[in-house]
Parts: sequence; C-alpha cells; structure tokens
Amino acid sequence: MNAEIRHIKTSAETGLAQEFAAARAKLPGQGAVAALRDTAFARFDAKGLPHRRVEEWKYTDLRALMRDARPLAPAPDQAGKARAAKAGQLMSDVDVCRIVFADGVLVPELSDLVGLEPGLSIRSMAQALGSADPLVARHLGQVFPSDDAALALNTALMGDGALIEISDGATMSRPIHLVFATVSETPVAIFPRSLVVIGKGARATLIESHEGPDAVGHQCNAALELIVADGAEVEHIKLTTGASETLHISTLMASLGADVRFNSFAFTTGLAVVRNQVFLRFDGAGTKAGIRGASLLRGKQHADTTLVIDHAQGGCESRELFKSVLDDEARGVFQGKIIVRQHAQKTDGKMMANALLLSDDAEADSKPELEIFADDVVCGHGSTVGALNEDLRFYLMARGVPKHEAESLLIQAFVGEAVEFVADEIVRDALMEAAVRWLAERG
Amino acid sequence: MALLEIKNLHAEIDGKKILNGLDLTIERGKVHAIMGPNGSGKSTLAYVLAGKPDYTVTEGEILFDGESILDLAPDERAAKGMFLAFQYPLEIPGVATMNFLRTALNSQRKKRGEGELSTPEFLKRVRETAAKLNINPDMLKRAVNVGFSGGEKKRNEVLQMALLEPRIAVLDETDSGLDIDALKIVADGVNRLRSPDRGFVVITHYQRLLDYIVPDVVHVLSKGRIVKTGGKELAHELEANGYAEFQAEAAE
Repeated sequence: MNAEIRHIKTSAETGLAQEFAAARAKLPGQGAVAALRDTAFARFDAKGLPHRRVEEWKYTDLRALMRDARPLAPAPDQAGKARAAKAGQLMSDVDVCRIVFADGVLVPELSDLVGLEPGLSIRSMAQALGSADPLVARHLGQVFPSDDAALALNTALMGDGALIEISDGATMSRPIHLVFATVSETPVAIFPRSLVVIGKGARATLIESHEGPDAVGHQCNAALELIVADGAEVEHIKLTTGASETLHISTLMASLGADVRFNSFAFTTGLAVVRNQVFLRFDGAGTKAGIRGASLLRGKQHADTTLVIDHAQGGCESRELFKSVLDDEARGVFQGKIIVRQHAQKTDGKMMANALLLSDDAEADSKPELEIFADDVVCGHGSTVGALNEDLRFYLMARGVPKHEAESLLIQAFVGEAVEFVADEIVRDALMEAAVRWLAERG
Repeated sequence: MALLEIKNLHAEIDGKKILNGLDLTIERGKVHAIMGPNGSGKSTLAYVLAGKPDYTVTEGEILFDGESILDLAPDERAAKGMFLAFQYPLEIPGVATMNFLRTALNSQRKKRGEGELSTPEFLKRVRETAAKLNINPDMLKRAVNVGFSGGEKKRNEVLQMALLEPRIAVLDETDSGLDIDALKIVADGVNRLRSPDRGFVVITHYQRLLDYIVPDVVHVLSKGRIVKTGGKELAHELEANGYAEFQAEAAE
C-alpha cells in the first residue's frame, strides 16, 4: 500500500495559501490569466516551499530560510513613492530610460513613459494582465516552462511589472532601467512579473535593480521572461543591493533566437538571502551568450546562483563566469547546469565559478553539471574555492601598501575578472565603484 | 649611527632554524654583497628584513636608523625606506601596473606625512623614471608583471625601486634567470640609484653580478651566519675556490 507522503505545512506555506485565497479575486487578470494563477498555485501547494531534499534547492533551504509569509504589499503611499524616487542610485551616472516600481507597482509619475524612443513600448504588466493583452496571451509562462515551486509562487501571485516590446531593427540609445524599490516600512511581500520581447536585429540594454530599506524583512519573488529574436543584441544587468534583511528570489527565463548576442550580469551585495535563477534556452544557431556575475557578501548573507543553460539548438556558445567574495559567515552557492541536446552539435560551453573566502567561517558550495547528449561538442566547467594569496599580499605590502588596501586591490582584481565583460563602460565603472565601497566598509 | 644594524639575528620558518646569530652592519652609501651557498639563509635574510610573515624572529635585533623594525608590518618598513627586490617578482592579474605604482607611492608618502602626488605629477614621474631605465611604456599598461619575461620582471623591480626611492635596497638574487644583456640593464639601473644616503644589500650566489654592481664590502653567509667579511676581491676568491671552506668552518 502506497500512501502519499505529505508534509505538514509550515507557517509560511499556510500563510501563502491564505494570501492567495484572499487576493485571488483581486489580482489582475481574468480567464486564462486566472487559470494560469490557479494552476501555478496548485503546483506550489502540492510541492510546498523547496527545501534541502529538493536537489535544485539543496543549498538554499527555503523552508528553513522563510519562516513566515509576509502580507502582499498594499499600494504604495506618497511617502513610499518618495522613497522609490531615490532608488537606483548605483546607476546615477548612466543616462537611462528609468521605470520605477514601488512595492512592485509601476509609478508612472516617476517613470519615463512618455516620449519613448522609436520602436520601444513599455506598459504596466498589471494592466496588460487585466486587458487580455496579446503579448501576454502569447508568451506569459511560455518562455521556459518549469515546475520550479518558487516560480510557480510568482506566477500565482504576480502583481505588476514591466511589459516591454522592442520592434524589429530598433536600436535603443539608452539603457532601460527597471527600478524595483521595496518601500513599505513594515515587512511585505511583492511578486513582480515582467515580460520583455525584443524584435529581430534590435539592440537594447536592460538594467533591473532591486533594493529596499535596511532592517525590514521584506520578501521579493520576481520573475522576468525574455524573448530575444534572431540577430538581436541584448545586455542585461541585474543589481541586487542594500536591504540587509530582505529575502529575494528572482527567476530570469530567456529564449534566444539565432545569431543573437546576449550578455547577462548579476551583481549582488547586501540582502539576507538571494536566489538568482537563470533558465536560458538557445532556440537558434549561431548565438553567443555570456551569463556572469559577482557577489560580495558578509555577515550571515546567503546568495545562490542557479543556472540551467539549455542548448536546444546546435552551433551556439555559452560562457558562464561567477565570482563570490565571502566574508564573516556568508555563504555563496553556485549551481550551474549545461544541457546539450542530442541534435545540438557544435555546441561550445564553458562554465567557471570562483569563490574567495575572506574568513574561516565563510562557506562556498559549488555544483556544476553537464548533461551532454550530442557527440561533437566542446564543453567544460571548473570551480575554485580559496583564500587570498598571502604571497601577493606580502608583495604589495612590501611596496608600502597597507594590508587592508592590499587585500582590497586583490579582491577588486578578482571581481574585475567578471565585471570586465560588462560592455557599457559607465555601467562597468559603477559596478567597480560599488565593489570598492563594499570593500571600504570591510572591517 | 649605521643605516642598518643586524645583531645576533635568529629566525626560523615552520620550526626550522635558518638564521643562527647573524651580525651585519650596513653603512650609508655602501654596497654590501652577501654571497653564500644554496640554503645558507640568503633569501631568508631578505624576507626577514622586509617582514614576510611566514618567518619568526626568535632572537636578536634589526635596527634601522637605530630603531627596531621587528614589530613593524612590511608596509611600515617600506614607508621607512626598506625595499626588497624579489628574486621571483609575482604576477598580479587584474591589478594594473600604474594603479599599483600609484597606490604604493602614495601609501608611503601618506605614512611619512608627505602629501600624495596628484595624477599628473605621478604620471610625469613614472614616465621620466621609465625612460631613464629604458622601459617600454607599453609594459606599464599591463597588469603587474603579467606576461612579462624574466628580464622585464626584474626591470620592473628596478623601476619600482627608482620610483619609491628607498634608503636601503635589498636585492635578492637579482641576477637569477637573466641573460647578460638583461643583467647589464638591471645593473645599470641599480648603479644609477647609488647615492651617499642609500645603502644596498646585494644578495647573490655568483660573482658575475658583482662585475656590474661593484660592491664596497663582501660578506660570506653560511648556515645562517656571516662567516667572513672582506673587500670586493673576496668575491673573486669565492668564484675560484667555491664555498666548501666556509661550509666546513660554520659546521664546527
């Protein structure tokens, strides 16, 4: 006799079920969208919060890390919007098209929505969900089908976000900067959902920044679906900074057409818990993608990068490079899976994760995986965990550089090996400056 | 007062005794050569002077201008004017040479209470120094020593020395791995820096280097102690007879 093993629901799981039941009728979207939510919630409800016995979440036990569910954020008040207006400062030197979300809700008066450059359309996801928008109907939840429980939770409770469309051949002169600011003074949960559709041969830079106040335990579960058509060139930057008590989960789902150039860079400092999931699929030949990032963590911070790179078509190149700098009792997790389908010949994939431990109590977990079904491919992965090189530090000190500064130079060099792949020089400089500030705060 | 006085110095690494009561006095304006067989403690002496943390001084004193430097960190010793030219200069990927040089120079100036150099002042100084040493400015655009040949690395050490203007320079087997042309260039750079206020400790296994950097005093190091001191002719004697005599002496 087989009894189905069911776990006792945690307080957070019960809370999420109550939030969903109470919000269900008020969340944007009817018909197909409501059905999508119901299916997603049923999936989440059956699985519960992912925990350490779920292989994909082995090192980030959400059941343990998320003790309680925060209430869904109410619409932001004026004071909250004023706080959101100041967010995204890390990119203040970059001339951007700025779109601001306060507690997950688009704030038009803080956003550059009028006079957009030709070929660019930006709309509120909440409105699109509520108005049977054709882009939503065609793509939402379709870009990278996954039964991941955290993603299901986003789909069930998705609120607002950006719906961006860039037409064929359009070149964006300025990066589009999506600023997600959590502004409530009491802990809340937000579930932003965005969809970006980039036309053939178009060129664009998309920056997302996620930030919030220190010492408020917000929960953010964000998802972004990205479709890049043939021949397009796209840079994606994700900044997750500040907000020392926040738990942040994000899922990037990307489908890349043929001959695409795509680079994504995730920069993470601060936050209590960060899980960055990237699910990416090559849907055409001749495409090159670079998925990279750097995390600088201290205290008891925990950051997890989990990648699934699916070479569904042959003749593509993927490069993954992640750097973690871990101080105090911080923990950095890297899980990277490269799948090469049987017909995806001439695939070229290289993955590397490097962790630098600055303290005896810091921890790095690294799990690269290759699933290769084709026989004519070049694939490799590597992983290193180490401390600062004492001989290099001595060399610098012997030249008069004080210990702290010598270490900072070496750590900057370590992080710089990943940051140098960011194409935009001003963005690159801003990231290095943020790393230098983090180092200056180091005791 | 002597520039540097080393008295009864005992030092060890990983519990292994290397220096066993070394006495040495370095005078201003003089070049002291230290010669000795492999394993006699030459590089240990260089590292202990610079303050490498792997080594423990168990007994004795190092006085720089009459003050003990044993409790000073390597960067503090550097700011006082101690410079070690490494036998094997390290490659530092990701750290630009110019940034490294500026950080080093300004850190020292700051510690000495001198003003930091502005970027134009600094650039001018580096360019002038590099030109004097026949260093290709392209070398300065790369990360520290990354992709440099052995000769380029040693030349970069001399450039750092020229820029930092130390009061005592310790050259640890600067001749190792250099062909004769590279050796001449490096020696020429060192000779330009000879001055009445500056002392040199030139550590070498072979007499060859001392044809180009002519010493005032030659010391023989064996089993962690100075066993003989003489003029530059001592180097030639060693070249002819080898170190066997001193190894036997020190063992007694």
